[in-house]
Amino acid sequence: MASTPASPAADGIRKAVVIGGNRTPFARANGAYAQASNQDMLTAALDGLVARFGLADEQIGEVAAGAVLKHSRDFNLTREAVLGSALAPTTPAYDLQQACATGLETVMGLANKIKLGQIESAIAGGVDSASDAPIAVSEGLRTVLLELNRAKTLKQKAAAAAKLRPKDLAPVAPGTAEPRTGLSMGEHQALTTAAWDISRAAQDELALASHRSLAAAYERGFFDDLITPYRGLTRDGNLRADTSLEKLGALQPVFGRNLGDKATMTAGNSTPLTDGASAVLIGSEDYARSRDLPMLASIVDAEAAAVDFVHGKEGLLMAPAYAVPRLLARHQLTFEDFDFFEIHEAFAGTVLCHLSAWESEEFCRNKLGLDAPLGKIDRSKINVNGSSLAAGHPFAATGGRIVATLAKLLHEQAESEGRRGRGLISVCAAGGMGVVGILEAC
Amino acid sequence: MADAYLKLVNSPPASGIAKKLGLPRPAELRRYRRGQPLVPGPALVLASGPAESLAGQLAGWGLEVRRDTASGEKLGAIILDLTTVSDPRELSGPMLAAGASLRTLAPGGRVVSISRPAASAPTPAAAAARQGVQGAVRSLARELRAGATANGLLLADGVGPVDPNALGGLQFLLSARSAYVDGQFLLVGPGGGRLPKDADRPLAGRTAVVTGAARGIGAAIAKVLHRDGARVICVDLPAAGEELAKVSNAAGGIALQLDITSDDAGARILEHARSRYGGLDIMVHNAGITRDKLLANMDQARWDSVIDVNMAAQLRINDALLASGADQAPRVVCLASTSGIAGNRGQTNYAASKAGVIGMVAASAAAFADRGGAINAVAPGFIETEMTARIPWGTREVARRMLPSLQQGGLPVDVAEAVAFLAGDAAGGVNGQTLRVCGQSLVGA
Repeated sequence: MASTPASPAADGIRKAVVIGGNRTPFARANGAYAQASNQDMLTAALDGLVARFGLADEQIGEVAAGAVLKHSRDFNLTREAVLGSALAPTTPAYDLQQACATGLETVMGLANKIKLGQIESAIAGGVDSASDAPIAVSEGLRTVLLELNRAKTLKQKAAAAAKLRPKDLAPVAPGTAEPRTGLSMGEHQALTTAAWDISRAAQDELALASHRSLAAAYERGFFDDLITPYRGLTRDGNLRADTSLEKLGALQPVFGRNLGDKATMTAGNSTPLTDGASAVLIGSEDYARSRDLPMLASIVDAEAAAVDFVHGKEGLLMAPAYAVPRLLARHQLTFEDFDFFEIHEAFAGTVLCHLSAWESEEFCRNKLGLDAPLGKIDRSKINVNGSSLAAGHPFAATGGRIVATLAKLLHEQAESEGRRGRGLISVCAAGGMGVVGILEAC
Repeated sequence: MADAYLKLVNSPPASGIAKKLGLPRPAELRRYRRGQPLVPGPALVLASGPAESLAGQLAGWGLEVRRDTASGEKLGAIILDLTTVSDPRELSGPMLAAGASLRTLAPGGRVVSISRPAASAPTPAAAAARQGVQGAVRSLARELRAGATANGLLLADGVGPVDPNALGGLQFLLSARSAYVDGQFLLVGPGGGRLPKDADRPLAGRTAVVTGAARGIGAAIAKVLHRDGARVICVDLPAAGEELAKVSNAAGGIALQLDITSDDAGARILEHARSRYGGLDIMVHNAGITRDKLLANMDQARWDSVIDVNMAAQLRINDALLASGADQAPRVVCLASTSGIAGNRGQTNYAASKAGVIGMVAASAAAFADRGGAINAVAPGFIETEMTARIPWGTREVARRMLPSLQQGGLPVDVAEAVAFLAGDAAGGVNGQTLRVCGQSLVGA
C-alpha cells in the first residue's frame, strides 16, 4: 500500500529512526556461505527483516544496499534482492558503493530522505562475499576480445587474435590492494600502526576483548532479534569464544613483515575475509507509530572525510579521525557526551591509532587545527558487544551490523536507565575514506 | 515424507490390481478448499426424536436435507440425532436406517452422531444407550471407506442440537477440515460458542501465537490460522530462525526467535503480541521434542529436556497468560499425542509429557473459562512429517497403513485444521478436551 509522506516539520526536517535490524551470521570466506551469492545473502537478510517486523507483501519507501566485491551482472543487485524477497515487488531500490562505508552510507542517505519527507520507510543494507568474488579476464585478453568483436574481415580478426599472449589468459582475482599505491589494506595499516607505535600486546588485548564481548552478547541473547541463521550457521563463524592472549600472542605477523620488531599485525588482530549480509529498517516516527513498530534510536547526523594517503600525508584508514571532530563540532559535543562508541575494527591497529590520534596534542593541533586534544575515550564504552575482529567484516555489511547493534544498545539503556543515551559510529574505508555518524536513543 | 503408495494406488492400473489383490486402498482425503460445499452431497438426517429444527438448520447452511433412506442417491452426510435415547432398544431404528444408507455415502462423506454423555444419564438404561452410541459409531467408522469418516458430538445437559455451541462442532465434523478426524467424540458443554460471520475467515481480527512454528505441524498451523484470518506470531528457537522467517513470511506474520523454556518466555510473548498486534487471543503450544530411549537406557538429560519443552514450558506460559489480566479471553490449544494416550515403546519421557498435557488441559479448563477463554488439546496420531519420515520403513507402514481406519498417515494440515477449529468461536463450548487427529488409529483407541 503506497503512503503519502506527511508534511515535514516546521524547519523542514523531521526525525528518522532505527526500527530494527537483521543480518545473517557472518561466515569466514570459503566457509558456510561459499556457494552463496551476494544476491542470495542480501535476499536472506531482507527476508529475515521482513519476518521480524511482519512486512510481508508491504511496499517500503526505498531499499538501498550495496556490495564492495560485485559482479558486473549484479548492476541492480538490491532491486533483484527485493524482487526475490517477501517485500512487495513495487518496492524501489538502488545500489550504492563506498567501500567499507557502504552499509553506513546507505543508512545515512536513506535517513536523509526520510528526514526530508521524501519517503516514510526504508531498508538500508549491505552484503559481501569474498568467496563468490568476481573474477575478471586480464586487460590483454579483454582488449583482444573487444577488438575481435569490432573486426569485420577475416584478416582483421586474425590480426586481433594474433595480439593475444599466453600471460593474458590468466584470470584476474580481486584484491584489497589500493590502485594508487599497490599496497594492500593490511600493509597500509601496518605502516600507520608502526608510526603510532602501537604495541602488539595492545592489539591482541583489543582482539581478545572483541571476541569475549561478542561471545557474551550471544550468551545473553542480545542477537536473538538481530540475527537470522543462514545456511546452517547460527553464530558468526569467526567468533572464537575461547581465544586467549596466549593463543593470539603465538600468531606470526602477516602484515608489515619488513618492519622488523615493529611487525605487530597478525591474523588474530586483523579482520579475516568474510561473507555475510545485513539490513536495517528505518522510518519516520509516524511510520513507526502507525504500525506499532518499535523506535530504537534516532539517526542524528553523519560526516564523511577523506585523507591524502597517496602522497603519504596520512594513513590509509585514518579518515574517521578527521570526520569525528567535524561532526562533534557541528553538534557541540565531546566524547563525554557519548555512552557508546562503535569503532569498526578493520584492524585492532586502526582503532588504537584513532584513539592515540584523538589523545595526541600534536595530531589534534597540527592535523585537526584544535587548541587541545579531542580527548580520551573510556575504553569500557567502545565496542561493548564486540566488533569486526570477532564478528568478521563482510565489507558492505558491516555498517548495517553496527547501526542495528548500537540502536539496540541505546534502546536497552533507555529502557533500563530511563535516559536518552548517545552513540558514535566510526567506519574507515578503502580509498582513504571514512564515514562517521551519531545515533541517539528514542 | 510423501506417501508413495497412496499416490500409486489411486492411479490406474495399480488401483485395479490393488482391488483384485485385496491390498489396502487408502483414498485421497477430501481436504478443505475455500468455497467448496460443506459435504459432498445431500445430508440424511435420522433421529431418535423430533429433528425438524436440526434439519432446518442444515438446510439453512445450503445443504439438501433428506429425512428418509428411499432415494438411493449419493449422500454427502448422515447425521444421527440420538440426543433423546433413554433405552438401548431405541438405538436400532436410527442405526439400522443409517446402515441401509451407508453404501450410498459419497467418497469423503460424513457420518456424525449427536448424543449425550453417559456420565450424566438419569438412569442406567439411559447411560447404556448413550454409551452404546459411541461403540456403534466407532465401529461404523471402521466400516467406512473412500475417505468417509464417522464421529460424534456429545452434548452436555442443557446444550441442544441447534445451539450455536453444538452447531460449531457439527460444522467442523461435517466439513473437509476434519479430514483425518475419525471415530472421535467431542464433548460440547455450555459456553459462548457461535458460528463465525465469515465461514472462510473464522479467525479474522484475532492474534495467534504458534510455538515451534519453523517446520512440520507448527508451520502448517501458522499457515492455516493465517488462511482463516488470524494475525500470526511465529515462535521458534533462534537456531531455527531461517525456516521460521520463511514460514512467517508465508503466513504474513511476525517471526519471534525465542526459547520457550526460558523463564521470561511467557512475558516476552505477551509483550510482543501486545506491542505489535494489541493483544493475544490464541495461544498454540505446538513446540515439542523427542529424545527417545528405552527407559532402561534413559538418562536424566533426555528425560528432563522433553518434560521441560513439551509440558513445563506450556505450564509456565499458561500461568503468564492467566496472570496477565488485561487480555481478552484467550483460547489455548496444546499439542498432545496419541503416544500420551496409548504409550509408545521407547517414549516414556515423551508419553509422560504428552499425557501430562492432556491432564493439564483438563485441569486448566475452569481457570480459562473464568476468563471467558478455553484450553484444549489436539492429539495427533501418525502424521507425515520429517520426524516420522525417519521411522524405519516397516514400522512406518504399519503405523500409517494398518493401524488407522483411513489406511494412511495424516498431513500436518489435518492437525492444523483441528487446532484452528479449537482456536475459534465455533468451539466455544469445547473446554478441557483432547481431540484426536489420528484417522481412527488403533493406537490410543
